[in-house]
Order: sequence, then structure tokens, then C-alpha cells
Amino acid sequence: MKTIKLLSLSMLVLFIASCSSDDDGGPQIVNEEEVITTLTLTLSPQAGGADIVFTSRDLDADGPNPPTVTVADLAPNTTYTGVVQVLNETENPAEDITEEVEEEDDEHQFFYQVIGNAAVTTAYTDQDGDGNPVGIQITLTTGDASTGNLVVTLRHQLDKNAAGVSDGDITNAGGDTDVEVTFPVTIQ
Amino acid sequence: MIILLLFGISETFSQQCEANLKGEIIDFHDGTPLVGATVILLKDGTPSKSVITDLEGKFSIKNICIGTYEIEVSHPECKSKIVPVEIEGNTFKKVRLEHHLEKLGEVVVTGDNGRQVAETVNSQSLKAAELVQFSDATLGDALREISGVSSLNTGSTIVKPIIQGLNSSRILIITNNVRLQDQEWGIEHAPNVDLNTADRLTVVKGSGALQYGGDAIGGIVLAKPRRLANHDTIFGKTILSASSNGRGGSITSSLDKGFDNGLGVRVQGTYKKFGDFRAPDYFLTNTGTEQKSFSVNLGINKFQYGAELFYSYFDTAIGILRAADFGNITDLVRAINSPVPAFTDDFSYTINPPRQEVSHHLLKASAFVRLERFGKISLQYAFQFNDRQEFDNRRGEDDGIPIVDLELTTHNLDLVVETHPTKDLEVTAGVSAIYQENFADPLTGVRRVIPDYEKYGIGVFGGLAFNFNESLLLDLGARVDYTNIDAEKFYRTSFFESRGYDVDFADIVVQDFGTQLLTNPQFDYTNLSATVGLNYKIKEDLELLFNYGLASRPPNPSELFSEGLNQSSAAFELGDLRIDTEISNKLSFSFQGRALDKRLNFNLTPYANFISDFIVLEPTGVLATSRGTFQVFEYLQNDATLYGVDVDATYDLNEQFSFKTSFSYLRGQDTERDQPIINIPQTNWFNTLSYKNEKWKNLQLSLKSEAFFRQNRFPDNNFIAQVVENNEFVDVLVDVSTPPPGYHLLHFDSSVQFKFGGTDMELGFSVENIFNTNYRQYLNRFRLFADDLGRNFTLRLKFNY
Repeated sequence: MKTIKLLSLSMLVLFIASCSSDDDGGPQIVNEEEVITTLTLTLSPQAGGADIVFTSRDLDADGPNPPTVTVADLAPNTTYTGVVQVLNETENPAEDITEEVEEEDDEHQFFYQVIGNAAVTTAYTDQDGDGNPVGIQITLTTGDASTGNLVVTLRHQLDKNAAGVSDGDITNAGGDTDVEVTFPVTIQ
Repeated sequence: MIILLLFGISETFSQQCEANLKGEIIDFHDGTPLVGATVILLKDGTPSKSVITDLEGKFSIKNICIGTYEIEVSHPECKSKIVPVEIEGNTFKKVRLEHHLEKLGEVVVTGDNGRQVAETVNSQSLKAAELVQFSDATLGDALREISGVSSLNTGSTIVKPIIQGLNSSRILIITNNVRLQDQEWGIEHAPNVDLNTADRLTVVKGSGALQYGGDAIGGIVLAKPRRLANHDTIFGKTILSASSNGRGGSITSSLDKGFDNGLGVRVQGTYKKFGDFRAPDYFLTNTGTEQKSFSVNLGINKFQYGAELFYSYFDTAIGILRAADFGNITDLVRAINSPVPAFTDDFSYTINPPRQEVSHHLLKASAFVRLERFGKISLQYAFQFNDRQEFDNRRGEDDGIPIVDLELTTHNLDLVVETHPTKDLEVTAGVSAIYQENFADPLTGVRRVIPDYEKYGIGVFGGLAFNFNESLLLDLGARVDYTNIDAEKFYRTSFFESRGYDVDFADIVVQDFGTQLLTNPQFDYTNLSATVGLNYKIKEDLELLFNYGLASRPPNPSELFSEGLNQSSAAFELGDLRIDTEISNKLSFSFQGRALDKRLNFNLTPYANFISDFIVLEPTGVLATSRGTFQVFEYLQNDATLYGVDVDATYDLNEQFSFKTSFSYLRGQDTERDQPIINIPQTNWFNTLSYKNEKWKNLQLSLKSEAFFRQNRFPDNNFIAQVVENNEFVDVLVDVSTPPPGYHLLHFDSSVQFKFGGTDMELGFSVENIFNTNYRQYLNRFRLFADDLGRNFTLRLKFNY
């Protein structure tokens, strides 16, 4: 009986002791490390002239606000050198995630899909270690005045050897989508 | 049902220590003698003599001194019972033991821990012999054997039990008398229990175990280990199992040692390993699992007192189907439309991301005393630590860092008093306290899905069972719970505002970090639960159980706070601070009995569950991000009604052949919006033909047919998504609602028992899905992406030593 009494008492003490938790001054804030908030496509006319910048920015990332898209008109029958950059702007200073994509370039690829009547063609100008395109650097060529959309997609862990993928056809690429933004395109 | 009546006839006899106690132990149901029952004569709680009943159920104990004694009567198929006996001379005692309806597995749990479950609620058990064939499977797989129990799967390895249509936080899982606290709120969080620690698994289809909590809206699963040895003995058991599908197996062993002073020790361990499972036509890449578990149990069991120390460790790594891991809705559409999963590779044992790694520690210390002319007082302390890590394919160096890392620590303290004021009245009362703390590790670099929180709770309960007469028992119980949740959560400012929390919950904001707000939500809940039931023996072979249960469940942390991307569904899961307690009123009946010369055993259980403010997770729209669009699921509350019926029957065709059938039907309706509830198990009908021959090494053969009908009642949550096809945006209907067609599976199982060098052995062989049928199960979240498991051969060997 005595031992049981002691046992139960000591358990009670243990219980109460464990309940009085240590206050550590609140939890630490987490800024999403991996999220891509911003995609910027900078297009420089090969013949010279001012850069044209397309930006999709979603500062609340997975929050309720949709991305804000800013674009500028493209000139007809012009070839642009394009460079894409992806950023995490929830961190301060913003983290350039393009660098991580470059480090794992065999696992990543950007795709550029032209939707509707926009007279736009794109071509990859960079390669990963296996000779497959990555799509950070491209050329973008316009035709006559027209409008449409350009969908820029970044896929992770895709199959770069599937049919058409190295030519920029996303159909058989598989993998997970890391970025998918739509830019309205006006050529005039 | 602990009705136990004694017809004591005593003759006067003058000698001091020469009295004889004779008696008869009979089955309460049909009066047949119970052969092989153990009768122990106790003097002041200490065993003095022990005998076993003969072929006529009779026993005789000689040379007893005059005095007051107790006899403890036990039988493998019955509840043990202690009966007082006054020896004034030669005495005869007839004891009726409650003999279970064996064939149905219809068992009410009581045993050494007293009345834990209202005896008017339908409950069914799986015993050690039946559990053997699940030694390499999960708790959820085994429980599906019980009618009215189905499972909610995430692939084939994450299996959550569903009792009469309800799952997760609505089901209490009790292992070794401790309520499991293992983050059970998530759909893809399977119970962290090694099935092999249980000697008996019982499903209570209702809330009638108020001792464990008042929130069992769905029901209760009790996993009960075997009693520790309390006399000098040593024995052990090993089960080896090897399966073709998954190319793996398991080994589980336990060793018991007992001492004459009442001390008993058990050590038990299990190791399980599987590689990728296979659907009939392809491998389910990255579905391997590994499980390690270990437990030690030390206890002393005397009649007047006892104490137990128990520790168990459970650790598992589970691969998530690679084809179900994707990004946005574009990827979801691709995965759904792909007839063969996009990622199918050759067989591998490697468990790559996405995967879960979960470990669970449980430590329990308990003690009881039995006080003369009062009853039993038990005290129990339990500590649990659950660490859940989820890994995903991440960029760069983050690959080895989990995206979710939650550490849940729980302390429980329970005091239970059981007393018998009169021989027909049994009263149970108690207090239980809980303190729980969740820590979400910020090192993941991903915003917390579940925030840090502390939870305190205290519950007070009381219940009584009264035997009006031999055939009528009344059961009453009530419980009040007070719960407090104190969380520290970061909200995205935009989310906080879009929800209107800046208006309704402005006072919870602690600090403004610009794009995020630190808040301190605190909630109190006071909940009432109750049970009323009757157990009426209409006639010798027919019994009626009626139970009304009121259960109240405060929202869990996921329902309140969840905010994040759910792996493998391209969906955000959002909790709501405005969610309140859900309350269930459940009526259930159970007719059980025997007919046709006792060859037919049946059990018919209709029920209706009226739930107000039923919490469901439902799609409410889509969300645009830089990663594309995602579906948004939110927790909503609406009134709901679930009603259904479970039917079980067995028929002994002759000595060798028997036939078993079980059928479950359930209908769930959201009565506020007048539409079906999502994820209600489809109607199923199981039939088993068994053959057994005790003369041929106890040969058992069985063929089981499982028919799953299509679920025709489901809410339409399909939505339109914009995808690119042939350089145009097109709107496609994403069908995430339509259930797959019905299907039929056939399974075979066999076993023989023999002795090998003095060891009892059992060799078993089984085939699941004999015809390698392609099927998809409505309640498998991966049904949209891949077929379910193909044929599997299993060989198992059990040794008792």
C-alpha cells in the first residue's frame, strides 16, 4: 500500500512538473526557403535597344493574393536574347533561385509555350552537362503584329530524354511544376 | 452481461478443514458445461488451490477450512470472474460464465481492467489466432475483417481505420489502456501501432467507453496485449512472414517470463520491410516501407494489488507513390489522365522522397489496489512522444531536410474507481487529465502546417451498470471534458485579412512581421458526453442491445489551424478558427443470437448517427500562385446524418465446413445542403467458406470473396481547370469525385499445426487477389493515379515455445 501511495504521488508530481512548460519567448518565424515568388524574363533586342521585361510577382506566395503580371509590348519581326530569373522575395534580401536551378540543371528545364495567335517562336541557347537544354537562356523571335499568351513553366525532375522535350515540347516531360506563369503578349 | 448468478446450496458440516467445495461451471447462454475452465480458490486474495473443470464442467476442491473465500473462474473463451463463497461445510456452487458468441467474434471487453466499455454497444474482436495472418500488415488492414469497419488509404501502406463511416480524430485508438496521441488528425497519418503487440483487437462501434474520452463519434479501437504471466513460467512466440508482393516480410517475437511472486516480464519486437508493391500491370514506384518496433512490459499482478511499467517504441518509414507527387493542377490533370502512372520504375527497396518517417514512444506506469468491501482503484500515467517528418523532393542541399517536422508530446494521468455497492450494481468513476504540446520545427524552412500549441484538458466521468434480472442490464454513463488550446501561429497577413480574422480575431495578434503576423489563438471547450443502453435477453438464443451515445468532439489543431500544401493532391488545406465542437447523437441496435440447432449465429446491427456541425474537408475553389493554380480545401461544418446496417452470420454446415457472411451498408447525408457526404465507404459483402479438420493437423482452408459495390452517392467536387492543348487554353473538367467501379476479389488462406522437436508450429499459406484483378478503391486517395495491389502470395510460420 505504501509503495503504491508513493508511486502515485510521485507520478502526480512528475505530471505537474512536466505541465509547467518553459516559456521560450514565442516561436521563430519561418520564411519559405524554397518558394518562388517572382519570375522575370528579360528580353534584349539583338539589334540593340531597350530591354523588355516581363514579370510575374506573388509576394504572398501561397497566400490568397494572385500573382501580379507586368509586361511590355514586343516589336514585330525582332529577335530578342532572353534570360529568365526566378526569385524568392519573401526573404530579405531576395534569394536568387536561378542559381539553384543552374546547380541542378540536369533536373530542371524551363518551357515556353505560345498560346493563341501570337507570332512568337523561342529557341534554347543553353545546355546542361548532358547537352540537354535548360532554358535559362533563350532567343525569342517575333513575327508580324499579333496578340496571344506566353506560358513559362519550370519543371523539376522531368524526363529530358522524352520525345520532343529537348525541342521545348512540354507534353512528355513529366516531373513536378515549380513555376507556371502566363504573360499576355502583344506584338505591335 | 457480467450477469453471473450463483445458486449456492450448503450443507452444514462440522469439521474445521475437511469441507469440500464442488461446483459446476456452465455457459450462460445455453447452459452447456464449460470444459477446461480454471477455478482458483482465493483466501484473502492469495491463491490457495486450483483445479480445472472436467468434461462435464464440474470441479471439486477438497479439504477446505471453514471461512470466507473467493473463487476466480476463468475460461479461454470467457471473461474471468471472481465470486465470493462462504465455506461452512460441504458446498456446491454453480457458476454461469458469459460465453462469447465465438463464431462472430462477438466479444465484450472487460477482463482484468474492469468495465471499460458499455456492454450495450456493439463491439467485435479479432483474437490472436486471427491476427496471425496480419503480422506483416497494418492495424487498419486487420480491422477491415470486422463488419462495418473499412479503411481510408493513402496508397497501400498508409491505412486508417474507418468505423461506420467515420475516421481520424473521431476514432480513439487505445493500446494497452493508453489513448494513442499520434497526430491522428491527418488523412495520411496512419496509427503508430505495431499490430503484433495486441493479443486481441476490439472495435467498439460507438462512443460507449467514456473512460477513454467523450469524443469517440466514430468508435473505439482497443488493442489489448495478453496479460502478463503471474506464476513461474517462460514462453515465447515468433512469427515469420514472407510475401511476394513487395518482396518483403516481417519477423515478430515475444518472450514472457513469470515468477511465483506474481511478477511478469515481456519483451517483444517486430521488424518489417517491404520494397515497391505491385499493381497487376506495373510497379507502384516508391511504395516501400520499413517498420521497427519494440516493447517491454514489467508488472506484478496479485488479486489485491498490481502495478505495471510499459514502454514501447515504434518507428516507420513509408514511401509515397512517386506518381502521386506533383505540383499544380496542370500536373494533377496529367496524373489523372495517364492510364499508367507517369513514374513506374523497376522494383526497388529504396524509399526515396516523398516519404514519411514517424517515430512514437510510449511509456506507461500504472497501479491498482482492490479494497475490501469497496472495489478497485487504478491510477495510470502515460507519456507519449510522436515525431513526424515528411520529406519531399527539394532543390539543392535541402533534400535531406524534412518539409514537415512535428513533435507532439503528451502526458496523461488517469484515476479510475470501480465499485460494486450491491451484487447487481457496478459503478465506475474517474478523472483523467491531459497535457499536450506540439512543436513544429522551424528548421524545415517551410511554413508550419500545424503551429506550436499547448493543450490542457481534464475530464470527469462516471457510469453504472445495473442488472435488473438475469436478462436485463441497464448501462448509464456521463462525462464532462474541459479542454484548452493555446497556440502560437504565424499567419500570412494577406490570408489573415482575406478570412476576416483582422475583424473577428484582431485581439489575437501578438506581433506584426510585415508579411506575416504572430498570433496567439486560445480556445476553451466544455463538452458533455453520455451513454444510455440496455442489454435485453429476449430468450435463450436471442439478445437485443440498444445504445444511445452522445459524443462531443472539440476541433483538432488541423481543423483550426491547418494552412499549407497537402502532399500528393495539388491542394491547399485550410483550417478555420471559427470551427466549433461537433456533437453526435448515435442510436444503435444489435440483435444477436443463434438458431437452427445453434448452427446459425447471427448479428444484425442497424444504427443512425445524427451529427450536428459535422466537420468536413471540402474543396472550395482554386488558388493562383507562381507555381500555377491549386485546389483549395477548407474545413466546413454542416449537420449530417449517417445511417447504416452491419450484418454478420455464420453457419456450420457440418463438423468440417462452415460459411460466414458479412455485409455493410452505410448512407451519409449532409442534411443542411442536402447532398451526400464525401468519402463514405461503399457497400460491401464478404463471404467465406472454411474447411477445418482437427484430425489432419488442424488443417484449415478458407476461400474468401469480397464484393465492393460502387459508391453511387458522392458530392460533385469536380472543377474546371484551364490547361494548354495544341497551343490553346482549353477548359477541362477535372474529375476528382466520381468513384471507381465496383469490384470483386477472391482470397485464399490455409494453415496446419504440428509439433516439431517439442515446439508448437503453425504453417500458413495465403493468396490475396487470386485473379490479379485490376481495381481501384474509392477510399484510397491514390485511386486517381494508380491501380490497387495485385496478387500476393504469403508464407508464414509461427512457433510457440
